[in-house]
Amino acid sequence: MQDFAASLAHAIGLILSGDAELWAIVLLSLRVSLSAVLIAAVIGMPLGAALAVARFPGRQALIVLLNALMGLPPVVVGLVVYMMLSNAGPLGVLQLLYTPAAMIIAQVVLVMPIIAALSRQVVETLDREYSEQLRSIGVSRLGSVPTLLWDGRFNLLTAVLAGFGRAIAEVGAVIIVGGNINHVTRVMTTTIALETSKGNLALALALGTILIFIAITVNAATSAAGGTARRLFHA
Amino acid sequence: MRDLRLSHSGAVTGVPTPARDLPISARGLRLQRGGKLLIDVPDLTIETVGPTMILGPNGAGKSVLIRLLHGLVEPDAGQITLAGRDPDRAARARQAMVFQRPVLLRRSVTGNLHYVLRFHGVPRSERRARVRDLLARGDLSGKGRQSARSLSGGEGQRLALIRALAGAPEILFLDEPTSSLDPGATQRIEALIARAARAGTKVIMVTHDLGQARRLGEEILFLNGGRVEEQTPVADFFPRPRSAAARAFVDGHLLV
Repeated sequence: MQDFAASLAHAIGLILSGDAELWAIVLLSLRVSLSAVLIAAVIGMPLGAALAVARFPGRQALIVLLNALMGLPPVVVGLVVYMMLSNAGPLGVLQLLYTPAAMIIAQVVLVMPIIAALSRQVVETLDREYSEQLRSIGVSRLGSVPTLLWDGRFNLLTAVLAGFGRAIAEVGAVIIVGGNINHVTRVMTTTIALETSKGNLALALALGTILIFIAITVNAATSAAGGTARRLFHA
Repeated sequence: MRDLRLSHSGAVTGVPTPARDLPISARGLRLQRGGKLLIDVPDLTIETVGPTMILGPNGAGKSVLIRLLHGLVEPDAGQITLAGRDPDRAARARQAMVFQRPVLLRRSVTGNLHYVLRFHGVPRSERRARVRDLLARGDLSGKGRQSARSLSGGEGQRLALIRALAGAPEILFLDEPTSSLDPGATQRIEALIARAARAGTKVIMVTHDLGQARRLGEEILFLNGGRVEEQTPVADFFPRPRSAAARAFVDGHLLV
């Protein structure tokens, strides 16, 4: 218990003193996860929306698959991306293994199904309300996707934030493809794992505190966005 | 400018005729759902210039019929033609519909109007003036920036109606647009509909309100059990409904 108190005091000291190493790790984490979420959103939202409005054989199976992919085990994603990017893999020539780019790719694979599946639900609900009206105006099924995405933007933000929560907290995939190299690919989660195993609890705890703070901020932002939507647009 | 010409009846009543898309004809139209025949209309032609009011008891198929005519529902059999031609994209774009409950986009009042004008290819430079005119027409001038979904029931339906009129439709389908409105709000909606009809838009409207059918309509289409039992000028329908069901309906008996 005394250990914990001492580590916590040290951790708070690290955060408040603006420790360069600590903040470099935090910034890299944010850079990797925000990039991954941005890319995943650009792919996942239109994909989910298209799946919500299009009607084709096998659609239901694809929805089940997408929902299942939301629970992809990060280590398995890490392993697959590792094999793709390793020298012997099909993307080996890109020499991306053990770089932040590799970590972004792994997180995109993890997060994209979450954003696509949640977007599909949001858009499908909205489409039930809008479809007759939009068709009456003359908008085609696929042509309605931008309208549905725009009008569902506040609810879609929840999908994006859920994806961000998954990305920033994930350790299994980034440690495999990033390698946890100091000053290069060391992010919050991988550092916590490493430093805990080394007994350096202060740094691990400081990062853990920041991670929890980010999680709370993301949640607060989600409900604030929902509240704004209800207030402004009676969504 | 739209191509408007005066038909024979139009010349009499001073109503310009939508030239391109009338008459609307349905041949061998059938729609079945869950083993029940919802619509069975072997031969229907709507050519009257003034508003056509679709009357009938609940479950008669009124809402389904206008959805079929507007192309929102595909029939199991039969076909619909506009002035003898299959309805193409361009013809569909010359139609609009207002639903019982207005479906308003999660945008501002003006945002809802801009959306339709943009879809109809109205250049950006003209849109603002058009939106201003439409808002004035719907008596919503002070509410442009407000969220469309915060409007009252009557205002929301007026917005839905001016939005439908934004593309200057030749045919306007209305599915009981005033059924949940009070008399004051209903009156304003009716005034908008009457004005659109005078300006040359063909109105095809489902209503439960006999008084409304009398006030707005020129022709009555009486539907019962998915069949058109009567198609008569308003002036003839109310004093002399031909079918027994229509007689009972006009007399205020419950048709079950």
